[in-house]
Amino acid sequence: MSARIGVVTFPGSLDDVDAARAIRIAGGTAVALWHGDTDLHGVDAVVLPGGFSYGDYLRCGAIAKFAPVMSLVIDKAQVGLPVLGICNGFQILCESRLLPGALTRNDHQHFICRDQRLRIESTDTPWTMDFALGQEIVIPLKNGEGGYVASEVVLDELFAENRVIATYQGENPNGSYRNVAGISNKAGNVVGLMPHPEHAVELLTGPTIDGVPFFTSVLKSLIGAP
Amino acid sequence: MIDSVNIARESPDTEQPWADLGLKQDEYESIKEILGRRPTSSELAMYSVMWSEHCSYKSSKVHLRQFGDKAPKTDALLVGIGENAGVVDIGDGWAVTFKVESHNHPSYVEPYQGAATGIGGIVRDIISMGARPLAVMDPLRFGAADAPDTRRVLPGVVAGIGGYGNCLGLPNIGGELVFDESYAGNPLVNALCVGSMKHEDIHLASAKGVDNLVVLYGARTGGDGIGGVSVLASETFDANGPAKRPSVQVGDPFMEKLLIEATLEVLHAGLVEGIQDLGGAGISCATSELASNGEGGMQVYLDRVLLRDASLSPEEILMSESQERMCAVVTPEKIDAFMQLCKKWEVEAVVIGEVTDTGRLVIDWYGDTIVDVPPRSVAHDGPVYERPFHRPSWQDALQADTPTGERLPRPSTPDALKHTLLDLISSPNLASKSWVTSQYDRYVLGNTILAQPEDAGMIRVDEESGLGVAISTDCNSRFAKLDPYAGAQLALVESYRNISVAGAKPLAVTNCLNFGSPEDPEVMWQFAQATTGLADACLELGIPVTGGNVSFYNQTGENAISPTPVVGVLGVINNVEHRTPMAWAGDGDLIYILGDTADEFAGSEWAHLQGHLGGLPPKVDLPAEKLLSEIMVAASHEGMITAAHDVSDGGVGVAVTEMALRANIGARFWIPENIDPFVFLFSESTARAIAVIPGTEELRFSEMCAARGMRATRFGVVDSGLGVNSGHPGEQVIVCDSQFTLTIDQLREVNEATLPALFGGEKCSAQVSESYWDQ
Repeated sequence: MSARIGVVTFPGSLDDVDAARAIRIAGGTAVALWHGDTDLHGVDAVVLPGGFSYGDYLRCGAIAKFAPVMSLVIDKAQVGLPVLGICNGFQILCESRLLPGALTRNDHQHFICRDQRLRIESTDTPWTMDFALGQEIVIPLKNGEGGYVASEVVLDELFAENRVIATYQGENPNGSYRNVAGISNKAGNVVGLMPHPEHAVELLTGPTIDGVPFFTSVLKSLIGAP
Repeated sequence: MIDSVNIARESPDTEQPWADLGLKQDEYESIKEILGRRPTSSELAMYSVMWSEHCSYKSSKVHLRQFGDKAPKTDALLVGIGENAGVVDIGDGWAVTFKVESHNHPSYVEPYQGAATGIGGIVRDIISMGARPLAVMDPLRFGAADAPDTRRVLPGVVAGIGGYGNCLGLPNIGGELVFDESYAGNPLVNALCVGSMKHEDIHLASAKGVDNLVVLYGARTGGDGIGGVSVLASETFDANGPAKRPSVQVGDPFMEKLLIEATLEVLHAGLVEGIQDLGGAGISCATSELASNGEGGMQVYLDRVLLRDASLSPEEILMSESQERMCAVVTPEKIDAFMQLCKKWEVEAVVIGEVTDTGRLVIDWYGDTIVDVPPRSVAHDGPVYERPFHRPSWQDALQADTPTGERLPRPSTPDALKHTLLDLISSPNLASKSWVTSQYDRYVLGNTILAQPEDAGMIRVDEESGLGVAISTDCNSRFAKLDPYAGAQLALVESYRNISVAGAKPLAVTNCLNFGSPEDPEVMWQFAQATTGLADACLELGIPVTGGNVSFYNQTGENAISPTPVVGVLGVINNVEHRTPMAWAGDGDLIYILGDTADEFAGSEWAHLQGHLGGLPPKVDLPAEKLLSEIMVAASHEGMITAAHDVSDGGVGVAVTEMALRANIGARFWIPENIDPFVFLFSESTARAIAVIPGTEELRFSEMCAARGMRATRFGVVDSGLGVNSGHPGEQVIVCDSQFTLTIDQLREVNEATLPALFGGEKCSAQVSESYWDQ
């Protein structure tokens, strides 16, 4: 049986079907998790998809962190459950304090949707182990509040501890400090990424299929897990 | 005190503000005749919104009938004109529904909310048919690009469409962006939505089954949008009039997203007998239409409506256009299950009444009956006008002013031709639209096959079989001004061609007819001509009009907009893997032009740039369009073609440049024999497309064209290695033999600079930076 990866749907989640499709294409089993769920249905990993949870009328992700399912995700993440937060999911992980820093309004004030070039900066996480270090990929980016900010101390620490997992190449699309596109927690199991790998899993619909290794990575890591 | 039916009976002579509500004297008199008494203030409110131009189509109805009368015989149409949106069979048990609507006036008053709620409204039309929305598109038209008012309106409109559509999770896959002085003070903001469903999931707006319950669910009813319909959409703007901002509705895309999911779940669970969205005219429209289409009667308790503002009067509640609301008819046995699903999605719902067989729509307010009317008289039997029309006095002079070489000097030297191309591709109408489209999410849902700047937007409907649909909207209003009959047909054939070059077979038509005041006989003539032209051409092409929308009163004072019949065509493709993109890919592939090029510059982009508008628009050739469509679809299906692009605005020169920019690969081409280079490069003759054919398929392709009688002329070859010999080593270059050479970087720079320079912001390039393409 293939590994079971949960995809959480909050009211206002939008890319949940895309995340489930990407998991299937990578060979996993996608399990739908509801924001009100009080158990994780035995999933081996969790994806928090993109969207506008609860409308994002407060700070993005600020309400989602209080969802019943999130208290379970937060507890399990602290003991090693692989969690990937994409876009709004990244914002939720920061609001939940599983990841440091915050995502702020794009410096140019517009929502932006474009095909974005990234460099993979760490292959030491369960979500990036299938990439080559320094590999350049192109996946869609689409956000209104995607500028990653953190204090200089935190940024220094993230780079020193090899926790920046991807950086923007070329023009910085949203004003992220030091071109940070994605980071991990200290243990590496929790990863937040602003661009959307789940939109780059089929050549018919995406600019590339460079998003697939994020999902094959976690499947591979789970096979190796005890 | 509340004006009840009893009070109305006892006080026949009470003065009523019918004129302020937009009713004419004879309309007020006929309401009194229908009711046999004066209307209550609530009834007056209902009739005034439902009989407004926007809701009743009273000026357009007699002309719109042609779309039904002249409809071609087709098995594809499952639900026709008259419902919220038409439904078309696309095979394998799938159906699609699509519709385009205007939100012009609200978007002028309050650009962000006006445009945002335009998306919200059209999406609710689609879900109320039982369909899951798949994508949206926005045809937009503004005054001159550098006009101060365009800078006020455009950024807000684009942000509103993005803000609402992105949050709703629907990909925006195309549309139009046109600048023309005729839209100064009257921007056109149209919104299109397409959705899909299985045949058995089609739902209609009717209140069937006596004693069934009427449920209002979604957002609470507030004071926003009151009078939006009757005041905003049915009167011209008057600079000295009162501020109209409060009349524009405010959108909540998060609530709409919940409403979509809740609605689809209750529909699929079989819990709904009839359903209607609340748009223009709010509760007045939903209750009267549901009742009129069903058993004919309904009892409503208006005091049960959940309010955002407790101080609202019953008249205001009836007229409110608060967004994100739906109305469903549910059997008493299923009401608990219905309420349970609403609760799951955190959507508020309340039973506001029940279906009756009394033939009356009766509305009570805390025990007093405030409305008692025959619902058909409100919803369907409104006034119908045969407005007078006549050909404008200036039409002949306009048509006589042909842009010949003597009238408008034409470029003739190679250098002048090169600069003409650069001027065109950097002009606001032909420049890259990525400043706009990069503010829209085109990826969400993961089924977008083609999106702007491709000729058509294409969406995969069935992930197993690859079945998909393509959509395009088009209209050159300059053509329509020169000749509205031909102009409407030219809008149709361009859209039809755009679908075909993408590899999809055209199936059905929708439209959004944007015109000036119907009370002006010259505008009414334009409208009559355009509807006749469109109906005639649809009949000949064999594709039915499934629905549409009319927007009148697009004028400021005496100045009406150019007639703008926006036409949307929907096509089907059996497997989206066969789609034809506009970017060529393979070195050595051959570039063909299909169709004939004549000297046709009236209404063209080139003439527009010279500030000229006159003459007769390009000739319409429907049999040639049909043949071209069949050839493009066959070539895609048979794998003979690697890329294609419609030839329209800016002609062959612009089309080839757009293909090269999209591919970031150069090409060499030449001017075919016996044609003037300027005419070949920039004429806007119709029924033409560029097809890119691999060498291995050339024989098969040219034999197919010859056998079908389609002229196919080879005039170029894709070549990524032209830089070395043309003095631009390492660069991609397009070479027009013995005329000019341009690098793609030069072309891209001017093509992408225009909109950011006008509207600000540097970081919205949709293209990946150069180094990616070099990999």
